Amino acid sequence: MNKRLSPRALAAISPLALLKGEPQADRVVPPTGFTARLTLFAAAAMTFLAVFALALSLATGRMAANWSQELARSSTLRISAPADQIAAQTEAALQVLATTRGVARARALTAEEQQGLLEPWFGPDLPVDSLPIPQLVEIVEDGEGYDAAGLRLRLQAEVPGAVLDDHARWRRPLVRAAERIRALGLLSLLLIGGVMAAMITLAANSALAANAQVIAVLRLVGARDEFIARAFVRRFTFRAFWGAALGMALGLAALLALPQAQAEGGFLTGLGLRGWHWIWPFVLPPVAAAVSFAATRAAARRMLGNLA
Amino acid sequence: MIELDNLAYSYGGGELLSDISLRLTPGSFHFLTGPSGAGKTTFLKLCYGALIPTAGQAVLFGQDVREMTRDDVATIRRRIGVVHQDCQFLDHLTVAENIALPLMVSGHDVEAEQQNLGELIAWCGLTHRAGALPPELSGGERQRAALARAVIMSPEVILADEPTGNVDWEMSQRLLALLVELNRMGKTVMIATHDLGLIRAAKSRVQARVLRIAKRRLQLAGADL
Ligand SMILES: Nc1ncnc2c1ncn2[C@@H]1O[C@H](COP(=O)(O)OP(=O)(O)OP(=O)(O)O)[C@@H](O)[C@H]1O
Ligand SMILES: [Mg+2]
Repeated sequence: MNKRLSPRALAAISPLALLKGEPQADRVVPPTGFTARLTLFAAAAMTFLAVFALALSLATGRMAANWSQELARSSTLRISAPADQIAAQTEAALQVLATTRGVARARALTAEEQQGLLEPWFGPDLPVDSLPIPQLVEIVEDGEGYDAAGLRLRLQAEVPGAVLDDHARWRRPLVRAAERIRALGLLSLLLIGGVMAAMITLAANSALAANAQVIAVLRLVGARDEFIARAFVRRFTFRAFWGAALGMALGLAALLALPQAQAEGGFLTGLGLRGWHWIWPFVLPPVAAAVSFAATRAAARRMLGNLA
Repeated sequence: MIELDNLAYSYGGGELLSDISLRLTPGSFHFLTGPSGAGKTTFLKLCYGALIPTAGQAVLFGQDVREMTRDDVATIRRRIGVVHQDCQFLDHLTVAENIALPLMVSGHDVEAEQQNLGELIAWCGLTHRAGALPPELSGGERQRAALARAVIMSPEVILADEPTGNVDWEMSQRLLALLVELNRMGKTVMIATHDLGLIRAAKSRVQARVLRIAKRRLQLAGADL
């Protein structure tokens, strides 16, 4: 029932088997220093860049999600009225909000909270009570959200001093910008992959051309195209993997060296990776190996197919 | 095993070979002779599927070369051992590794064949040079290594193109002796050479037929050599 796979069968199906290579069969292709270094360098540099494109995409994605989530969940009502009417208008506004569909909760901020909001600008000694500061009412939407235009009309009729600030005016472009940046980051990842494939194809073509004589001899002694292609493909895949691993390590080190994000999460300081997002960079070396595998294989097939 | 029927070949100019018909039977021993440039190497290439006839048919082990894929040709080469005129080694591998190359490319476990390999290398008198690189070999050593590589897969047919091209008389006799011995073991042998002395020397040891390429045709040469 639970018959173990033989080590040989395991080795054959393991993706690592390709990376370990078959030293014996690989030796039929002479080591070529130039293409080896080119492939290593290209894979390392491209993966280094990919780590940042990845971090950028993830960070902006995270930011867009946070912004739209947080901001959509709370909007504010600002009530400006003569001091003696404020309490009444606030009461009226809370009444209106309580009967508005889509509003989960509404709460007038206390004087201390309002002072806390103003403190960063005016310092702790501001005598809030003596100033004509508008009363703020925090509105928390439910999942569906409310109809802002309808709410405004009702407020206009019943609470003339109320201004609804639903943050949408400035939130939307920011979220859109964050989403655009994320799309650009993903596009960069694709371009980086494409450039790496192109460079590895060039390196593989140059290795194949430099080894035309070797290929001819292998054909003469009965090697199938598959064998010849594999000898090259294994090499390039192996190099791309280790190059990418190096690039990834350097990229991660650079990310770790960035100053940590502050509580308020500024854009630049938020570029690092969070939580399980740290897994993503480790996906890059296998992807680089796969790209290299496909590129070299295509180059080898094309070249061998053209031979008589 | 190798059947040529009304075959002709041209590299693009006029026909180099015309109207060639030949049937190699198992166990036979042939010499192929003719002046330099007559087309001996070309003829052998047609026999191992490296060239496709421009007219007529070449059938190798029952397969028409025109219908063979590249992989079919590769597979056929495991059954036909070829000693190339210019040897063709991988210069970064040792002599022993070069001799074992056909095993390696056809997926055999080279480690498991180490003993056979060692015996073959000894049989060709190359034991002391097994670890050398091909460019370090003498002409005769190269040709013995090429012969060893041609027979490592125990092919049914051995095609040797000028196997004694650049060796002295004594060495050519040793190489001939190796080929005659292979023929006694049942292999079909064809040797292209313009060394008539070699052919005469062989006649006393083996029943050989002599083919000559002259005026684009393949003729059976008589006893008048
Ligand atoms: N790839 C090629 N393209 C064009 N012409 C060729 C090619 N190979 C050989 N030839 C020509 O075909 C003719 C026969 O060549 P081939 O090598 O078969 O002669 P050969 O009998 O083996 O000669 P040698 O005894 O010198 O080895 C020669 O004139 C040669 O120049
Ligand atoms: Mg020749």
